[in-house]
Amino acid sequence: MVEDKTVGGRMFGIINYLLLTVIGLITVIPFVHVVAGSFTTSAEMAAKKFVIIPTDWSMEAYRFIFSTNTIFKAMGVSIGTTLVGTIISMFITALMAYGLSRRDVDGRKVIMFMVVFTMLFHGGLVPTFLVVKELGMIDTYAALILPSAISAFNLIILKNFFQNIPEGLEESAKIDGCSDFGILFRIVLPLSMPAIATISLFYAVTYWNTYLSAILYLNESAKWPIQVLLRQIVVLASGMDHSVDLDSVTPPPAQSIKMAVIVVATLPILAVYPFLQKHFAKGAMIGSIKG
Amino acid sequence: MQEVNVAQAGRVVARKQSSELGRRLWKNKWIYVMLLPGVLYFLIFKYIPMYGLIISFQNYKPFKGISGSEWVGLEHFQRLFTEPDFFTILSNTLILFVMNLVFYFPIPIIMALMLNEVKSDFFKKTFQTIVYLPHFMSWVIIVSISFVMFTMDGGIINDIIEYFGFEKINFLLAPEWFRPMYILQVIWREAGWGTIIYLAAIASIDPQLYEAARMDGAGRLRQMWHITLPAIRSVIIVLLILKIGAVLELGFEHVYLLLNSMNRNVAEIIDTYVYTAGLKQGQFSYSAAIGLFKSFIGLALVMLVNRIAKKMGEEGVY
Repeated sequence: MVEDKTVGGRMFGIINYLLLTVIGLITVIPFVHVVAGSFTTSAEMAAKKFVIIPTDWSMEAYRFIFSTNTIFKAMGVSIGTTLVGTIISMFITALMAYGLSRRDVDGRKVIMFMVVFTMLFHGGLVPTFLVVKELGMIDTYAALILPSAISAFNLIILKNFFQNIPEGLEESAKIDGCSDFGILFRIVLPLSMPAIATISLFYAVTYWNTYLSAILYLNESAKWPIQVLLRQIVVLASGMDHSVDLDSVTPPPAQSIKMAVIVVATLPILAVYPFLQKHFAKGAMIGSIKG
Repeated sequence: MQEVNVAQAGRVVARKQSSELGRRLWKNKWIYVMLLPGVLYFLIFKYIPMYGLIISFQNYKPFKGISGSEWVGLEHFQRLFTEPDFFTILSNTLILFVMNLVFYFPIPIIMALMLNEVKSDFFKKTFQTIVYLPHFMSWVIIVSISFVMFTMDGGIINDIIEYFGFEKINFLLAPEWFRPMYILQVIWREAGWGTIIYLAAIASIDPQLYEAARMDGAGRLRQMWHITLPAIRSVIIVLLILKIGAVLELGFEHVYLLLNSMNRNVAEIIDTYVYTAGLKQGQFSYSAAIGLFKSFIGLALVMLVNRIAKKMGEEGVY
């Protein structure tokens, strides 16, 4: 856009930058506050109230939360389901997306409709729970993965991506005697690495954030992933609603300890975010516009 | 005689066509093998639950299963509409939905328009990196962060309020604070992410339009109003349709995390009610009926709004 040099235009520009800066700060300050808070001592936290950057760095909170193996265990569950889940999801999503991307396959329109329809209408919580229960998946880690193994949204993004690969490439491979699996794994997938990476990360984030499936399908607290533990430590303690879910009335943990747990549960997301960010804008657009 | 011939010819053609189809199916057999796991997934975890919705017309007993349970017709739906609780829950749901529409929906549009006026690429990129981030955090993390900040004992917000000499506010338990907290969290988590699609639509606008407008003496606000906004109108409408279709899908997780015994009156929504009544109290059929009611309203609304959009000359969703 060409520079607008009128007084009104300048004013507009300045106010615009100012407002956006404020919005950016409002978004980022809570994160900074929590990270900073997790590295201070409880005593300092109580004494200095408005500190955003700690003066007295301390690992006390982290030492405390890692002193028992509850957090390690929950982290293990989350890491495990994220890894296994992402691989399973990616595998069956890629297979199905490739099948649906092939224009010469009879019935692909029917299957496509079947997929899109599930985005508009679904059985809901109770019937889905009953299916999972009938399959004997209650209190198994499979319940965290299989019921949400494919996201229709991700499937459509990937299918559209595959469709944009020139058909000539696949045809010539076929003439050279390549099988359908060969075409998918040797030609289509290597050409789709950006899309595969993006969608893997989408899946990984979803698995890491799994909360609903865990409270629906896991009764044993020993199997809880980190998100459920986080809720237990921060939300229930702060909500002070002991009557409902907490078995024993324990004093709420100190602020710095809650903050440390939040940081631990957030860290993996922050670690993958830079990789994620490179591609997702494009992916989100393909998915939402083309449907 | 001729009729027989026609019939025969028809059979021959049909046979040829079916063998043709058979050949095509066989040729693509490995593709069908590839489709199989995905199709099974959708059948088992999406379509069998749809079939399972028939328990809302039964008195479902887990030991008897769907085939053995007694049919009760519309009894559960009648209960739904006579239970006073249901209206509280329905109105709580609708209020949160309207708040979403009024307070959240326009924000990404406004932010995208503002961001479009930014010339510095560095500023733009940095801003986007920051505001997209919360979208990737789970509701548990978002709610946890706000609980840590808004709590009465040691939360920074209440410390600030006290510092300026006001009474501390019980943001987390007071029923009147549930809705503001809810919508603020929605905005904080999703507003930035919501700009993506509008920014993409804005990027595809022909720059000549702006030039022509400038020639005619249009300032920046006028350019926004007469060029940018009309150009992204169809995107706004599509997203509005999708939003309205999701009228009763406020997100179980978010509300459930904010729900407690103090704010239940304003915070209980259809989703959380289905969870408590269905899975915690074992009223499978009744809460399946509520779920069906909800899914049906959502589907009907998407279709309705889509039709209205098409009548208005817009593309719609499908």
